[in-house]
Amino acid sequence: MAKVLMKGNEAIGEAAVLAGCRYYFGYPITPQSELPAYLSKRLPQVDGVFVQAESEVAAINMVYGAGSAGARVMTSSSSPGISLKQEGISYIAGAEVPCLIVNVVRGGPGLGNIAPAQSDYWQATRGGGHGDYRTLVLAPNSVQEMADMTIEGFELADRFRNPVLLLSDGVLGQMMEPVNLPEPRDYDVNSKKWALGYPGKDKAERNLCSSIFLDVEELEEHNWHLYQKYQVMTDLFSEGQYKDFAVEEHLCDDAEIILVGYGIISRILKTVVEKCRKRGIKAGLLRPKVLWPFPTKAIQRLADKAANFLCVEMSCGQMVEDVKLAVNGKKPVYFFGRTGGTIPSDFEILNEVDKIVRPD
Amino acid sequence: MKQVFKRPESLSKTPFHYCPGCDHGVVHRLVGEAIDELELKNRAIGVAPVGCSVFAYDYFDFDFNQAPHGRAPAVATGIKRTRPDAIVFTYQGDGDLAAIGTAEIIHAANRGENITVIFINNAIYGMTGGQMAPTTLIGMKTATSPYGRDASTAGNPIRMSEIIATLESPAYVTRVAVNNPANLMKAKKAIYNAFKLQKEGKGFSFVEVVSICPTNWGKKPADSHKWLAENMLPVFPPGTFKDVHGVEKA
Ligand SMILES: Cc1ncc(C[n+]2csc(CCOP(=O)(O)OP(=O)(O)O)c2C)c(N)n1
Ligand code: SF4
Repeated sequence: MAKVLMKGNEAIGEAAVLAGCRYYFGYPITPQSELPAYLSKRLPQVDGVFVQAESEVAAINMVYGAGSAGARVMTSSSSPGISLKQEGISYIAGAEVPCLIVNVVRGGPGLGNIAPAQSDYWQATRGGGHGDYRTLVLAPNSVQEMADMTIEGFELADRFRNPVLLLSDGVLGQMMEPVNLPEPRDYDVNSKKWALGYPGKDKAERNLCSSIFLDVEELEEHNWHLYQKYQVMTDLFSEGQYKDFAVEEHLCDDAEIILVGYGIISRILKTVVEKCRKRGIKAGLLRPKVLWPFPTKAIQRLADKAANFLCVEMSCGQMVEDVKLAVNGKKPVYFFGRTGGTIPSDFEILNEVDKIVRPD
Repeated sequence: MKQVFKRPESLSKTPFHYCPGCDHGVVHRLVGEAIDELELKNRAIGVAPVGCSVFAYDYFDFDFNQAPHGRAPAVATGIKRTRPDAIVFTYQGDGDLAAIGTAEIIHAANRGENITVIFINNAIYGMTGGQMAPTTLIGMKTATSPYGRDASTAGNPIRMSEIIATLESPAYVTRVAVNNPANLMKAKKAIYNAFKLQKEGKGFSFVEVVSICPTNWGKKPADSHKWLAENMLPVFPPGTFKDVHGVEKA
């Protein structure tokens, strides 16, 4: 297909349709509004279902219902709305129902503002809701990746029977870039044997989607089963099949300072790396593209080579904790952040680099 | 010998865990019979609530989802939209449907989702140990209204059937009880009608069953049914509030 100019939020919508997603349930909130608007137009054209729910709580439970019935299904929201979805996400994770959840992050806490932020990292990567569970978290940094990761997100959700979270922000959602859209894929609602209403099952069989295990031993067994699944995911993303998908390394081999950042920040960091190099500072960029499972191993490898790490975020410092855990005290890990919807400039970050590598 | 009484095919062989005399078991049976009679068993998908009937999925012999507290109508919406040929129903208590899940039930009804809702109104939170529900009667003592429900601070019993019947979209809204054989027959018919409407694609059907909770009411089952007739039915009068397609006359 030819390249088309699209807004990030719209690219997610079109990619979802191309991935075979025919079900969207959501509640309006800025700065993700283009996505439901796009899908409300697009889904009926492909016999899909668009429902504007009465709340984010209802929307995520519609997702739970549709996903449990075998649908390739998604919802989207922004920070306050994602908070409301957490109970439902916990049920979905417990019942092992695949779905895609998009968070176009805005400034918080509370109502905060509608400017871009990365302050939902903890919520996204720690599960967010109650109980022992994980969601797979993808962090695009371009409109192209918004599309690609949407498609991959549906595949990963199905493969692991787990909710997948696409963690974006107001800049990525609103900005326009050319995108290469792939060929459409078919998806069959009757492809999941465990789904409610699956027609192929034996008469005596029945399917159940549930997260209740009243018996203590049963819940423990279930939780260890989930844990094992998360371990498999962690291995596949750190060493296995998805190793390259999970992380981008740029000029890290000879770097004395590694800049770490995800999403829109990583694009600013790339500029910073170039400017550093021009000034004789050997800087490199490590960009986690998958935030959970976190690319701990990739950082560990670099911790043996580089002298310093600088983690940059649009928050008061959340991912930096994971970077520190990975570096494990081997090298200093510095942090620079802007919060409340402010995007740090390359100049500010360069200044921080200077302070670290040329302390005089 | 001709068998005159048997377990509906739609019910599994798992024995009910409900307290002796509880109406939940009776209503499960009526749902099972309606689904059997309409030959819908192989298309049925239930949505269990959070409440005493959380294990409803164990008692019915078809696919089930167990929904978060109050969200069953939203979950049912997702299932029905994905599988329009399935017969989808929720089974919810009054804490589930009339408190935490008020938004979900009102909006599923207002969208006219082609689903069936069985609403067990026992004026109390059963599972959590008998706390006040939105349907608790004025003066009724519960674990969290030890002096009796006081309208000035806790409001009045909420009438969900009447509220839902004010909406344009629902096809069928009715209130029944299972406290005596005559009412039981009416309840059976109402539940049958509700599923029949869904089978015919005629929209949202809602059956409220005024029920007892002997355990948390602190009464014997027979006394509970007497108390229900004397105290609950005047506040929650049985009757049909909406029947757009005239299913009761058919
Ligand atoms: C979010 C949430 N809040 C509270 C509870 C605790 N809880 C479980 S059942 C219940 C009330 C059930 O009462 P009702 O819906 O009337 O059903 P019954 O048990 O009487 O059949 C509550 C409050 C919960 N499980 N989840
Ligand atoms: S607590 Fe009440 S509603 Fe629950 S099973 Fe016992 S009698 Fe029935």
